[in-house]
Amino acid sequence: MENLIAARLQMAISLGFHMVFAALGIGMPLLMVVAEGLGLRTKKAVYLDLAHKWAKATGILFAIGAVSGTALSFELGLLWPPFMKLAGPLIGPAFALEGYAFFIEAIFLGLYLYGWKRLKPTAHWLCGIPVAVSGAMSGVLVMSANSWMQNPTGFNLVNGQATDIDPVKALINPSWGVLAVHLTLASYMATAFMVAGVYAWGLLKGRRDTYHKVGLAIAMVLGTITAIAQPISGDFAARLVAQTQPVKLAAMESQFKTEKGAPLRIGGIPDINNETVPFSIEIPYGLSFLATHDPNAEIQGLDAVPRSDWPVVGLVHISFQVMVGSGLIIILFALLYWFIRWRKREHGKWILRALVLSGVLGVAALEAGWIVTEVGRQPWIIYNVMRTADAVTPAPGVWYTFAGFIGLYVILAVTLVWMLLRLATGRPTVDEDPATATGGRKEADDVAVA
Amino acid sequence: MSLSLSALAAGLALLALTAYTVLAGADFGGGVWDFFARGQRANAQRRAISEAMGPVWESNHVWLIFLLVILFTAFPIAFSALSEAFFIPFHLLLLGIILRGAAFVFRAHGSEEAGPQRVWARAFGSASVITPVLLGMCLGAISAGEIRVSDGIVRVNYFTAWLTPLSWACGALALALFAYLAAVYLTLETEGDLREDFRKRTLISGGVVVALSVLLIPVLVWQAPRLAENLLSLRALPVLALGVVFALLSLWAVLTRRFAVARVTAIAEVAMLLWGWALAQWPYLIYPDLTIDASAAPDATLGFLLATAPFGALLLIPSLWLLFAVFKGHNPEAAGSKSKA
Ligand code: HDD
Ligand code: HEM
Ligand code: HEM
Repeated sequence: MENLIAARLQMAISLGFHMVFAALGIGMPLLMVVAEGLGLRTKKAVYLDLAHKWAKATGILFAIGAVSGTALSFELGLLWPPFMKLAGPLIGPAFALEGYAFFIEAIFLGLYLYGWKRLKPTAHWLCGIPVAVSGAMSGVLVMSANSWMQNPTGFNLVNGQATDIDPVKALINPSWGVLAVHLTLASYMATAFMVAGVYAWGLLKGRRDTYHKVGLAIAMVLGTITAIAQPISGDFAARLVAQTQPVKLAAMESQFKTEKGAPLRIGGIPDINNETVPFSIEIPYGLSFLATHDPNAEIQGLDAVPRSDWPVVGLVHISFQVMVGSGLIIILFALLYWFIRWRKREHGKWILRALVLSGVLGVAALEAGWIVTEVGRQPWIIYNVMRTADAVTPAPGVWYTFAGFIGLYVILAVTLVWMLLRLATGRPTVDEDPATATGGRKEADDVAVA
Repeated sequence: MSLSLSALAAGLALLALTAYTVLAGADFGGGVWDFFARGQRANAQRRAISEAMGPVWESNHVWLIFLLVILFTAFPIAFSALSEAFFIPFHLLLLGIILRGAAFVFRAHGSEEAGPQRVWARAFGSASVITPVLLGMCLGAISAGEIRVSDGIVRVNYFTAWLTPLSWACGALALALFAYLAAVYLTLETEGDLREDFRKRTLISGGVVVALSVLLIPVLVWQAPRLAENLLSLRALPVLALGVVFALLSLWAVLTRRFAVARVTAIAEVAMLLWGWALAQWPYLIYPDLTIDASAAPDATLGFLLATAPFGALLLIPSLWLLFAVFKGHNPEAAGSKSKA
């Protein structure tokens, strides 16, 4: 019991930390490649300046993503040995394929970051493409492992042992497609609005140059497209949850009683003792309609399972509201931005502030979505197959390692923010930028020297 | 039996371990020399190390992830037993890996450094020294019978299993080997005085490797008699002997300034050492309770892993070739800048 709470917290912190870098590792290479491509086509320096800056940031972010991902690979075993004993042969194949994606990503990122001078411009740009593709592939493949935990397939359970293992069926589990699309869109979206937020901040601080405006515009194009697609993909995800994990759906929506024509509850703070949701707004038939596209459908409530099998209802419900709410607010801000551009072509203070806020909301939605998925799966580590409590390590001292990880990640986060702020102050000056620097010691294009 | 799927999967794991050792091992070794950088050229040494590592260290690091993935996919029973038994050293290892990686991108050199970057510069060296020792220690512990597994229950002393004299000796040897590899590679990537610095370091660490290997023999006989016996049997001895030949060849090559030969032979030396160990350890993954065969995943999973490996290799080999050709091949521009540094 002691270990369980600590292990869950350690896992959650590590995953929540990694996810930010994972999203950036998926999104940044795409932005980088687009900017360099535009630069090569139009021969405008501003695009290449952006590509350089984004590449430098990606170099630092990728390293943190890689080490925090390594931590996760170890932690799957360190914290959950019985889980890995059962799940290893089933989710391992996804991780093995992901391994190849990591290789391609790391190799071509090395070429991209350090190859500005050693490669011809087109060859250099081409090296960016595998980085972007394999970044997205790593996300998609790791999602297969996670969606298998939500919807395990490809084996029979006999006395707690997995038999008749079919790794291909486990890899291509029925929840994978929907969730992989949602995750990939979320990663692009969160990255795009983080970048947009940074440039909006710069513009607010008075750096109203083309560099900032173009940086903002590129990010907003990616951000707007993905933000509009996200609720559509989210609708598929919600119907999937309704089908495969009714308890999770009930927790997301604080649906305590099984009923026909269930209402949608927006906001509110679930009270699990009285089974009510004070302060929420109810839309009649809303939930039945959204979950099944039939307003009279019966929705299974939390009452269908014993209370010991409930996830933390309040956290799941509120996180779901945060995700959906953030997504909708972001769409509003994005449309406002394009409207203003279309009408006046000058960014006012308010829209810039709104875009800075979108940067924060994008990450909030990303993390909140994962809390819905992962906490909503509790008390199962593998849905309806293995309980989290039965999967935890018997080794001593998980509270210590948990405390250690928090300390470590705080230090990393603080340094990282400090580095990125230094990097983000203004457009690259001639002597700072390796592409334009002439000879001398700058030849390394070294992010470490940045 | 000898060519079962599980044996092939173990072979794949060994390949990943070898690649990790000769590639990422040298990156850790570079950090060791960063830690020990001394004299008026200390900063130039650090810069050369950083330039050599920069483009490649992340892809080198992926070999470790690949190794882990093979372990938990193909040998889930051994993976979970190891994760449980090595709860402490694996966490320390992670700490080292995280600090080293983060420090590499956070720190800066000499005059360019500011505030926290100075601390990270130190963290880079220290983490690079500690991590190889821990890697060696874990490898030592799985050979010596410190981890017992019966009926799926792991019995181990969490605190001492990886702190035996054998583990310490393996840790020290790993550190020396990594430092040696790095110094050998760096002689090829530098010129002039810097090259002399690294040549000197090659000879020092090469000497330490030889001394530690000799020292390891009695420790092995004392602590891991079965492994020692196998190492000296017909099964592993020829491979080990070849390793010794390569070791001496590479030292000779450094002495006579044939640095390209030294690189090849140093790689071969390390590979032979690992393979000799693996042959002696066979058929166990964790001696004495978990054999490769008994801890393996079902054939369907092993089959998937092995069947996809050639496609992975098809992607990987040309990409790796490109990476190393661009950054480790002869690049006149790089040579020019190096003499300036
Ligand atoms: C930028 C981030 C973002 C935004 C704006 C949204 N989501 Fe989301 N959502 C995620 C980021 C995310 C996520 C973090 O990426 C999750 C966690 C697991 C996954 O596949 O995606 C997720 C999970 C997730 C799940 C749970 C899936 C499961 O547990 O199996 C549902 C039902 C939705 N989302 C639905 C929506 C809806 C209806 C949205 C409408 C606006 C929405 N999401 C916007
Ligand atoms: C990076 C995005 C992710 C985030 C932010 C995230 C978040 C979380 C959180 C908050 C928990 C704790 C739940 C609780 O104990 O109440 C958790 C548990 C866990 N997650 Fe995830 N998760 C992510 C992705 C994944 C993926 C891709 C896997 C696939 C292997 C995974 C595997 C696990 C495991 C094994 C646990 C521990 C067992 C459990 O608590 O059920 N997670 N995660
Ligand atoms: C759904 C959540 C996750 C997503 C979307 C994701 C995606 C990514 C991406 C895009 C990268 C590239 C590195 C970067 O850009 O920083 C990365 C790195 C990594 N991830 Fe994750 N990941 C997730 C969860 C996990 C989990 C659960 C594990 C381990 C069990 C893991 C292990 C790793 C490892 C080992 C790396 C380093 C690879 C390298 O060195 O190149 N990730 N991840």
